[in-house]
Amino acid sequence: MSSEQSLKAFRRDGRIVIVGASLAGLRAAEALRDEGFTGALTLIGDEACEPYDRPPLSKQVLTGWVPADGTALPRRREIGAEWLLGVAASGLDLAGKRVRLADGREIPYDRLLITTGVRARSWPDEAEAALDGVFVVRTRDDSGRLRERLDAGPGRVLVIGAGFAGSEIASVCRERGIPVTVAEVAEAPLVGALGSMIGSIAADLQRAHGVDLRCGVRVTRLEGDGRVRRAHFSDGDAIDAEVVVVALGGVRNTEWLRDSGLAADRWGVACDSGCRAFDINGLVTDDVFVAGDVARCPHPVYEYRFLSLEHWANAVEQAQVAAHNMVSPPTDRWPHLSMPTFWSMQFGVNIKSVGVPVMADEIAVTQGSVEERRFVAAYGYRGRVIAAVSFDNAKWLDHYRQLIETAAPFPPSCPTPDRPADMKPVPADFPDPVVITHGATVLVTGHEPSERRVAFVRPGPLKPQEKRS
Amino acid sequence: MRVVVDLARCQGYAQCAFLAPDAFRMQGEEALAFHSSPDDAQRDQVLRAAAACPVQAILVETAEPS
Ligand SMILES: Cc1cc2nc3c(=O)[nH]c(=O)nc-3n(C[C@H](O)[C@H](O)[C@H](O)COP(=O)(O)OP(=O)(O)OC[C@H]3O[C@@H](n4cnc5c(N)ncnc54)[C@H](O)[C@@H]3O)c2cc1C
Ligand code: SF4
Repeated sequence: MSSEQSLKAFRRDGRIVIVGASLAGLRAAEALRDEGFTGALTLIGDEACEPYDRPPLSKQVLTGWVPADGTALPRRREIGAEWLLGVAASGLDLAGKRVRLADGREIPYDRLLITTGVRARSWPDEAEAALDGVFVVRTRDDSGRLRERLDAGPGRVLVIGAGFAGSEIASVCRERGIPVTVAEVAEAPLVGALGSMIGSIAADLQRAHGVDLRCGVRVTRLEGDGRVRRAHFSDGDAIDAEVVVVALGGVRNTEWLRDSGLAADRWGVACDSGCRAFDINGLVTDDVFVAGDVARCPHPVYEYRFLSLEHWANAVEQAQVAAHNMVSPPTDRWPHLSMPTFWSMQFGVNIKSVGVPVMADEIAVTQGSVEERRFVAAYGYRGRVIAAVSFDNAKWLDHYRQLIETAAPFPPSCPTPDRPADMKPVPADFPDPVVITHGATVLVTGHEPSERRVAFVRPGPLKPQEKRS
Repeated sequence: MRVVVDLARCQGYAQCAFLAPDAFRMQGEEALAFHSSPDDAQRDQVLRAAAACPVQAILVETAEPS
């Protein structure tokens, strides 16, 4: 059969398996049908329920407006798929083209899409993590349980980690009149994602809303008698708290791929910009694709660096590209080139970003006023614009997206009359450089080009708060 | 009824909050909060809001999928 004929046959009655039945998996399934794939489609998901939307879990669900089980994603179309829910994939046989399930079943595929996302990083001390009243927020059950506790009106909530999720949860607590302490190991909230300058603005915002914000401290111990009662900090202080929310970011769900031969590790599954997974040697595979939070994908605008994004819009767009490429000839492959876009709502402010702030060396406020908390700041990298963040000024982000895509010089000029008094760039100052500093991940063996291969070095567990959300 | 808003695309124009205030609410100046599963009684309002959104950011599914 010619490759054209075999693609036609595959599109007609091939088998596509998607592992991870959430936002990226669902949108990919819909896009596959839009693309005209009429073969067998199987979605495997370890959560028992159908795909649901996660962003409301730290916002509308915790305020009490939307029920935890009420965020199921609307469907864009019928997908005619077989759903295997409530069962995890436990392994992958690349050569035999089979997904192994935790219940022993094996599911064969012609092409596979991996969308297993991330899970919440749990509190590293297991006994303390098991105390009643200690929560993470990733699933709807997590959010539903936390909301019940908030409904009961706890004396104080402690949020560990002031990334986006932690800050949003603190915001909900204040909105509900619940006293809240936020502990962050960095010098300010959001610095890991947006740098020091925005971090100090976020810190003011939290304090203005009555958050007891403690930066530069580590939570060293949670104390309780079955229920959590008290938390101890590295500066020697301690507070009483009935509820503790651990918001230390995510862990990529790649363990099930550990011995599969794919380039899957704690940073995700590496793939090309067409979403085709790399194997452990860095060779691109033809039949395995990746999308969403679990993917690590090079972006040409960012020096082809591999980006791991935990953004809703990225999951949707990457799923679309993966689906297209899964059922298209090599001559018609799409690259995933969309600009990363993120939003967060906290303390009544709409924070949005475009591009990749963490790569920046400089930042400048380019529109509006920081005092009024309504502004845009642009991020520069080696003299060009590479990202922007807005506080209650989202309408302008598309303008900055275009600046990034056209490699416009940094600092850009102000496009509106509300030129800020001070537009001087300052150092971006990210505490965590994007460079990986955890040592080697692989070892190379063999001498001849024909026999050189790599093997993973197994990393040890992370220490408490080594990673921020 | 199921609703999701692509908040990366939403520009905070608030047309939706004006047309279906029980399903879409502005929080502060431009942050939009939406109800993911509004009551069926709000069907017409929600559909009108989705149609009016200038950037087509609102996805609504009215019938349960089969
Ligand atoms: C509380 C919260 C708030 C958020 N707020 C925002 C926001 O404001 N803005 C924004 O842009 N993004 C936000 N996000 C991020 C956004 O929700 C994610 O980017 C999005 O969910 C990614 O979708 P995904 O399908 O790639 O991964 P996920 O949603 O993580 O789905 C992966 C699925 O795969 C399943 N799975 C994992 N391992 C296996 C296995 N071995 N076998 C079978 N199934 C498996 C998981 O259980 C899960 O159901 C938020 C996320 C959370 C948790
Ligand atoms: S109408 Fe559309 S753009 Fe305006 S607030 Fe609603 S969703 Fe956002």
